[in-house]
Amino acid sequence: MIVIIDYDTGNTRNVKKALDYLNIDNVLSADSEVINQADGLILPGVGAFKKAVDALNERQLIPVIQAAAKSGMPMLGICLGMQLLFDRSFEFGETAGLGLIPGEVVAIPDDLGVKVPHMGWDQNQVTQPSVIAKGFDQEATYFVHSYYVKTSEKYTLATCDYGVTLPSIVQKDNVIGMQFHPEKSGQVGLNGLLAFKELVENGNYSRN
Amino acid sequence: MLAKRIIPCLDVDHGRVKKGVNFVNLTDVGDPVAIAAAYEKQGADELVFLDITATNEKRPAIVDTIEQVASQVFMPLTVGGGIHTVDDMQRLLKAGADKVAVNSAAVRDPQLITAGAEKFGSQCVVLAIDSKWDDATKRYQVYVNGGRQATDLDVIEWAKQGVAAGAGELLVTSMDKDGTKTGFDLPLYQQLTQAVNVPIIASGGCGQVSHFTDVFAQTDVDAALAASVFHFGELTIPAVKQALKRNGVTVR
Repeated sequence: MIVIIDYDTGNTRNVKKALDYLNIDNVLSADSEVINQADGLILPGVGAFKKAVDALNERQLIPVIQAAAKSGMPMLGICLGMQLLFDRSFEFGETAGLGLIPGEVVAIPDDLGVKVPHMGWDQNQVTQPSVIAKGFDQEATYFVHSYYVKTSEKYTLATCDYGVTLPSIVQKDNVIGMQFHPEKSGQVGLNGLLAFKELVENGNYSRN
Repeated sequence: MLAKRIIPCLDVDHGRVKKGVNFVNLTDVGDPVAIAAAYEKQGADELVFLDITATNEKRPAIVDTIEQVASQVFMPLTVGGGIHTVDDMQRLLKAGADKVAVNSAAVRDPQLITAGAEKFGSQCVVLAIDSKWDDATKRYQVYVNGGRQATDLDVIEWAKQGVAAGAGELLVTSMDKDGTKTGFDLPLYQQLTQAVNVPIIASGGCGQVSHFTDVFAQTDVDAALAASVFHFGELTIPAVKQALKRNGVTVR
């Protein structure tokens, strides 16, 4: 069973609809007992970083998610949910994140001749072969964001060029993030959710 | 590089697509889910649903429609028509819409744009503008109520004001071009893209493939919207995208 963490963020229901469509066993929950029993976790997210951290705090979910990640539970953060996996964000002041992958969240520069937010279909380049990123090389996915993650190449599985080279898929051990919306990226995105299910089922995080 | 988007627009009346769509293999020509799925297969980048039952009736029908489409079709969905309040926006976003488009209600109360952007983020709030050239004053004039009523607003100024209020995208229909099949209103979009720095969807006037290549080559718009040419199979999305690709336009 995959648990989608329910903390009143925009895309939660659309992530659930995609999993239901793919016949992936899932439930929406903010209950720590349910989360602890999960085979895999999905952390969705749309909106501002600090608001999301506040919403997770209100539900006392931050230590629960951190413990689940430490126990080796497969975890997928989507869009803002991916950004939350990192150490901190500079969106409206500095806010601490979950600290599960080293790195920080900064604004996409708006002086590089690109429109911000980065909104629409953009192409991914896979930089490291992996189970999770295999279907995304040279494929476009749907992005909506104004901030991006700065992290080490070793945690970056795929990137997208938008004035800057921004990580579009990241992974550190069992913790995975997608900056785009797989639930809104057609068959390519759905295949990414199936790849996550595969990881949840066989626990094979090898990069090949 | 961000791909230029091709967006079919569907008019929805009480949960049915009005006038229907002539696709091969589509048995129910009025079913929004079947039509959305067919467009997804063709490679549409986004769908706009325009609720034409709108204004005078209270109707949850469009919410159900979006709920159903979003359960079967996994791409960005925008809904416009009859959105008057933040609650209207919330119901549609919860049902699976990614963006909501406001038009007449935003002209009456620009605060609606700000309230929506503050609650859901600018990327969720599209300002739809119906534009008509006024030869007397030599400017583009904003129309409301489905293009039936003129306002004092200048399109370019209203676009700037809407973006300042929080709109994350503009969907601008040229009433002068709409239905003419003579091409998009290039001067309008040239002026608009210079005036604001949010994505702009061009709408109205396309009748052939070259109209799409023209609007992307000669203006800086991000997306082009069309209805009947796609619905009746006069143009297909793959044909449009191939032509764009040949002309060096980035498409998905």
